[in-house]
Amino acid sequence: MESRPSKKGLTALDAALTMIVVLLIVQMWLLTATLESYLAGHVDVVMPGLGVSALLMAACLALYAFVRRIDHEVRRARLRSHQ
Amino acid sequence: MTPPTLPPPPPEGDPLWRDEFSVYAAEERYVSRRQFAKFLTLTSVGMFVGQVWILAKAWMTPNPTYPVVAIANVADIPVQGVKLFRYPAEHDTAIMVRTDAETFVAYSQKCTHLSCAVFYAPERKRLECPCHEGYFAVDTGRVLQGPPPRPLPRILLRRDGETILAVGVDNHAEG
Repeated sequence: MESRPSKKGLTALDAALTMIVVLLIVQMWLLTATLESYLAGHVDVVMPGLGVSALLMAACLALYAFVRRIDHEVRRARLRSHQ
Repeated sequence: MTPPTLPPPPPEGDPLWRDEFSVYAAEERYVSRRQFAKFLTLTSVGMFVGQVWILAKAWMTPNPTYPVVAIANVADIPVQGVKLFRYPAEHDTAIMVRTDAETFVAYSQKCTHLSCAVFYAPERKRLECPCHEGYFAVDTGRVLQGPPPRPLPRILLRRDGETILAVGVDNHAEG
């Protein structure tokens, strides 16, 4: 049977992964929409698009840091329980 | 000096060749959640780089200058007639339509979907792309139907006596 911290950790990891996927889908759409607008001659949308994309990337990086921390904690807890 | 570490013993029941060729495909293919998150985050960074590239392209592209080129004489084109020409460069195909006695319109001939050549359908009064049935209004160039995402770039015309001149391109003309 899985230990409690491991189970909680996996749930947290899955939640973080789901959020990263959602953010990535939004970022992909944003890139496509910005490119389409740029090609249509609307240069004024490029800067706001870049700003929002930077925010989404920062959120993804923060979530990845969270994933790493949780993963590290779960591994440590597992190691302690084995000792 | 540290002694060399021995490889782990083969799992029970494995054939002898496993000892020499200890690659386990299932383990090689296994991707942990952390690895997957890393891959997704790198993709996010890639998307951001794409946005930066668009901005750099927008900043570095200078405002284009267009030549003034004589395309045709008014008398050469009948009403609902068409004249194909190249503007602004030699490889840019364009189409001019005389929609009535006094009105001439011209557009880039490349469909904004996948660059197929559009043609004028006088009976329906629209420019049509035969590849994916994208239709454009002849008077404005806007998309009427189909997959094209943008209107056709409009070639700006000027009439000088009996001569029609192309003087520029409006890339986001509509209406």
